[in-house]
Amino acid sequence: MKTKTVYKPTDGLTDKELSYCPGCTHGIIHKLVGEVLSEKELLGEAIGVASVGCSVMSYEFFNCDMQQAPHGRAPATATGIKRVKPDHTVFTYQGDGDLASIGMAEIVHAAHRGENITVIFVNNAIYGMTGGQMAPTTLIGQKTTTSPRGRDQALTGMPIRISEMLATIPGATYLERVSVHNPQHMKKAKKALEKAFDVQTKKQGFSLIEFISTCPVNWGLTPTESLTWAEDNMIPYYPLGVYKDATKGDDDHE
Amino acid sequence: MAKGRILIETDRCKGCGLCVPACPVHILELDTSTTNKKGYTPLIVNDPDKCIACSFCAMMCPDSVITVERFVKE
Amino acid sequence: MAKVLMKGNEAMALAAIKGGCDAFYGYPITPQNELPEYLSFHMQEHGKVFVQAESEVAAINMVYGAAGSGARVLTSSSSPGIALKQEGISYMAGSELPGVIINVMRGGPGLGGIQPSQADYNQITRGGGNGDYHILSYAPESLQETVDVIKESFAKSDYYRNPVMIAVDGLIGQMMEPIDVDRDVSIDISPKDKPWAATGESKKRGSRNKIVSLFLDPYDLENHNLKLQKKYNEMVEKEQRYEMINMEDAEIVIVAYGSMARITRSAIKELASEGIKVGLLRPISIWPFPEKAFDEIPESVHTLLTVEMSLGQMIQDVKLANNGRLPVEFYGRTGGVVPETSEIVEKVRQIVRGRK
Repeated sequence: MKTKTVYKPTDGLTDKELSYCPGCTHGIIHKLVGEVLSEKELLGEAIGVASVGCSVMSYEFFNCDMQQAPHGRAPATATGIKRVKPDHTVFTYQGDGDLASIGMAEIVHAAHRGENITVIFVNNAIYGMTGGQMAPTTLIGQKTTTSPRGRDQALTGMPIRISEMLATIPGATYLERVSVHNPQHMKKAKKALEKAFDVQTKKQGFSLIEFISTCPVNWGLTPTESLTWAEDNMIPYYPLGVYKDATKGDDDHE
Repeated sequence: MAKGRILIETDRCKGCGLCVPACPVHILELDTSTTNKKGYTPLIVNDPDKCIACSFCAMMCPDSVITVERFVKE
Repeated sequence: MAKVLMKGNEAMALAAIKGGCDAFYGYPITPQNELPEYLSFHMQEHGKVFVQAESEVAAINMVYGAAGSGARVLTSSSSPGIALKQEGISYMAGSELPGVIINVMRGGPGLGGIQPSQADYNQITRGGGNGDYHILSYAPESLQETVDVIKESFAKSDYYRNPVMIAVDGLIGQMMEPIDVDRDVSIDISPKDKPWAATGESKKRGSRNKIVSLFLDPYDLENHNLKLQKKYNEMVEKEQRYEMINMEDAEIVIVAYGSMARITRSAIKELASEGIKVGLLRPISIWPFPEKAFDEIPESVHTLLTVEMSLGQMIQDVKLANNGRLPVEFYGRTGGVVPETSEIVEKVRQIVRGRK
């Protein structure tokens, strides 16, 4: 019987087994990034910047040159690289603690300067690697190890919406929030990544794709329950969609 | 008659189960009668004849454990 | 080439360009602002990169990134800003990355003051950031020496795959002296290939390069540290730099670097006219500390006097290198106060009187 392969593991990722928990959406997002870089033939000239969090070892998984940055500093490290390697694809891969907490200055300023890099922002409303502490994107009422009674706005403020905030910065060119909780949303997410890397290739400026993601272990849910929780609780607060597209009018009409 | 089939790298499967509800023809389950090298209950196909080779399971798999093949008319 | 009269900060900037600097990432802080200002204009003229980062933290991380991709990179700051960079410097040392950091020292601790100081000696030579590492560090005294050392530092940094720091006090950054910026230096400073760098050529190279300082297995991390230690041992063997002045029949040797060495030279002249013979042991590298120099101190010397613009940091290394052979005295001013020649003269007279 003759067969044709219609889906296989991407060469955008190495052969190494991923170090993530079972059912963690990091694996799905890594795949999409790898597929896009491979399909657009950017892999062989790309330089990725790994951050600190559950994805600290992502330098072992993306099949291109990689540099690991200190916590929060990936956009600055990526800036340093892109300025001396302007014709290479430079991307960062950051979680919500890395990008929205310690790295807030770096992400705002990279966007502000309009750095021609692509940021992949994985938002799962919690600090995974360190055992489930509250993140800047943790929802009100959400229980974490440092908000054991549920996040209280009076003590810790409201969760921060990164895509909306960065959209107010003139230097940001393309910002979209996506989800990977089912194949239909995954397809949209992949399109968003393709758009973001196109923006970089065409030297149109700063792009960021925010992924609504899960953390089954620290949320205390099964992987499939986590996808449902993300859809029911995170997406209403962090609506999906394009928050900024400054390329309209620039691009040829397709 | 199956439209295709999936190949599973059983020992890389973490038994997360994200593939199971993604399958539109409901032919996937985790095999609770066994564990793989990692100690997880891996994915199996319980009714391969119904496979439509849609690739939804492979897309959902965070660990790239599934390869999908479509049968081609000779 | 004819000599040009330049301000220290600008001379250092020009020296970096001559040394092959590809990119500068920095942030304004007194008293080194003329350095980024000069480069903001001149780097572009040379087709090189200049970024004023949002902070010293961001700047060192930009340096870290560019260094990882194979470029020759510079940042500059002053004491409180250098404190901010310590994490990045530790990451560079741990990831084996080259890079040059210029520190124009001012009074501390905390926000401190804006006048010259040498109170960063510990911050520079005793790690500064976390972990078992060292950075090669020079403390020149004149603008010509500073220019020469900076030109060499990019090549040295590349060779060792380790950060190099140039430590000058605010006086040196601000003063004007004639310099020949094209004068030949003692080593080959031409850029060499960096096969280890994450240059974004994984396809061309046929393999991936990773720049990483994380080693979760403790035995792996220990081995990594032992590998770094070999480099530091090589630096201790080969990179000690110092000058010994006026040693013949000296009874006292002053150990001083940077501007304190220049003030000391004046003090030595004055003391000579009073019949007191004083020598100067001038470290030019502060890490590795020039221990070898202490074996060259003549028999005639009865006391070592350390003079610093701090309350005593280099004195620890002086005592270690001296190894109990001679008594060690100290004179220092801090907070940005620059001592007068007369103060050092008086201190030496005190030591001499005390022996009678």
